[in-house]
Amino acid sequence: MSVANPKADTTAARLNALTMPTGGWSEPARRDALTRVQAMGLPHRRDEYWRYTTPDSLNAPEAPSAAVFDDDEAPLFSAHDRLKLVFVDGVFDPAQSDDLSHAGVEIGRLADASDLHWARDLYGVLEARGQVPVARPLAALNTAFATDGVLIRATGTPERPVSLVYLHSDPESDATLHHVIRVEAGASLTVMEHGPAAARLNKVMEVDVADNGAFHHIRAQGRDHERRAVTHMFARLGSESVFKSFTLTVNGVLTRNECVIELTGDDAVAHVAGAAVGDGDFHHDDTVFITHDAMNCESRQVFKKVLRNGATGVFQGKILVKQQAQKTDGYQISQALLLDGDSVFLAKPELEIYADDVACSHGSTTGAIDETALFYLRSRGVPRADAEDLLVLSFLAEAMAEIEDPVIASDLTTRLEGWLARRR
Amino acid sequence: MLNIKNLHVKLEEEDKQILKGINLSIGAGEVHAVMGPNGSGKSTLAYVLSGRGGYEVTEGSAELQGQDILAMEPEERAAAGLFQAFQYPVEIPGVGNMTFLRTAVNAQRKARGEEEMSAGEFLKVIRAKAKDLQIDAEMLKRPVNVGFSGGEKKRNEILQMTMLEPKMCILDETDSGLDVDAMRLVSDGVNALRDAGRSFLVITHYQRLLDHIKPDVVHIIADGRVVKTGGPELALEIEHNGYADILAEVS
Ligand SMILES: Nc1ncnc2c1ncn2[C@@H]1O[C@H](COP(=O)(O)OP(=O)(O)OP(=O)(O)O)[C@@H](O)[C@H]1O
Ligand SMILES: [Mg+2]
Repeated sequence: MSVANPKADTTAARLNALTMPTGGWSEPARRDALTRVQAMGLPHRRDEYWRYTTPDSLNAPEAPSAAVFDDDEAPLFSAHDRLKLVFVDGVFDPAQSDDLSHAGVEIGRLADASDLHWARDLYGVLEARGQVPVARPLAALNTAFATDGVLIRATGTPERPVSLVYLHSDPESDATLHHVIRVEAGASLTVMEHGPAAARLNKVMEVDVADNGAFHHIRAQGRDHERRAVTHMFARLGSESVFKSFTLTVNGVLTRNECVIELTGDDAVAHVAGAAVGDGDFHHDDTVFITHDAMNCESRQVFKKVLRNGATGVFQGKILVKQQAQKTDGYQISQALLLDGDSVFLAKPELEIYADDVACSHGSTTGAIDETALFYLRSRGVPRADAEDLLVLSFLAEAMAEIEDPVIASDLTTRLEGWLARRR
Repeated sequence: MLNIKNLHVKLEEEDKQILKGINLSIGAGEVHAVMGPNGSGKSTLAYVLSGRGGYEVTEGSAELQGQDILAMEPEERAAAGLFQAFQYPVEIPGVGNMTFLRTAVNAQRKARGEEEMSAGEFLKVIRAKAKDLQIDAEMLKRPVNVGFSGGEKKRNEILQMTMLEPKMCILDETDSGLDVDAMRLVSDGVNALRDAGRSFLVITHYQRLLDHIKPDVVHIIADGRVVKTGGPELALEIEHNGYADILAEVS
């Protein structure tokens, strides 16, 4: 008689449906990752960090289909001078992409890159480090089975940012992308990502920032209402390095963005921020884990969600300060603005501190539109709907302020305004 | 200009009557001062006129230039020419002072079927007006009232008033929190707006403001009613004797 084990069954069903790419330099890392998945099992609703987000549709052997959305907005970042790399349903499309040669940076394609020792030293390595103390089985699954992605190594400061464009064209597409990024000592790199990518996307980005390096990341997840995405960023920061990541999410039936950062060198800075807006079936989950393992580092998490018409927002954010990480400056804020009584925000902020000389603060709030402010605006003649929009944008302002480039900030604000205007 | 008849107002949430039959009529070009003890209903009157929620009109009417304003949305009242400078202006983080004011000016213009003000013209006008009120450019860029001192908030209210050019201006304790110099600036701002087509209802506790903004009529409100109406001398009398005599006289 067998005992029912839904986790093992789910894992076996998924693994049976997948074929591991073999033969390349990444094969040993993929095999290790597969062993990790088998040991951990895919996520289950009873797992501590999956209580607020149901993983079933991310685990399923087949991606639930998602209609391709006819995006009528001007393409993002089109005015930006950038090196464009295009993926269609998770497959790199050289025809639509720019030439990979780019001063100050080496770019290869995971699917066909010859043995790049720097990438071999990172592929699946940061992901594996990020499995402790909290298991992230979908990331290990990605390492084992990723079919495409880019390997980017910045050796200087490229003039143009690298822009990863994710197009979605097949309603049944299931994409598994794995990017590896290495910012060498003193180098600096900006990576922009945008687009829905596929009906279902599982994406991992491993980012290793060496001493004095700087990595900036801007992401806008696509507008397709039915798309699903689980993404992981694993970052390791050397001393005096900088890591800044901002994500805008507009729509999407399911988004789980995990960000796992290790500050391993003194005086490093890590900022992660996100603004998410959605309605109805929209379910958006930010799960962040920041480990301070060196002196005098700063980390900052700013997450804001605007939820409407029964949408759900989740925030699970942790700051772990190890014993030697004195003078840590940690800040975390997660806030939701609920535009109606049907929407919910579930937050789990955590601090775990073993050093004695640290300044860490965290806060989480859930609220409705401030009626006093609304009346103030209306009393000056601003119509109710416009006044509400102003207040929604003002609620998101602290997160939007994390975007350093004013052109990008204004592009993304336009997206938010569009979202609001369509809901009039 | 403004005609208030037998206005009765209670709180929506509780069974508490606050205004108990206010009668007040302000002619075009007139300045009326309203005084009265704390909690007598002065701010409530102002709020009910500008349309804040939480109050229920149980009886009576209020008309602005013949229009029933109580039936209108707050933004419609504003477009019709009503303006309230608040006793406690609200801080709105994340909304720039300039963005807010330009949105407001143009929304009112649009509602009245007038042409919108261009960004350039708006900037020119607001700079000049801000200068008169000694509001510096940096303050204009900040979020609405955020980090403003009490007096700066009040000056910002007057700046909004001068930009919006309302017909009926209600000033609720605009003088409180102002230093002597700021009081003069604000009064100059108000006086500059005085003309035959614009009226003022000035709520204050102190005669001092009325030295600068000379009222035509002074009303005393107590316990939700106008208990006495007179000329500017009424304000002087209260300054010297307080409310006790008047309240005794009317009860
Ligand atoms: N929203 C409210 N909830 C509860 N009580 C209220 C509310 N609004 C007004 N009141 C009460 O109504 C009465 C009148 O208040 P109001 O603010 O109008 O007085 P006021 O004359 O402006 O006083 P002050 O001179 O102190 O500014 C007070 O007793 C006040 O507590
Ligand atoms: Mg008052």
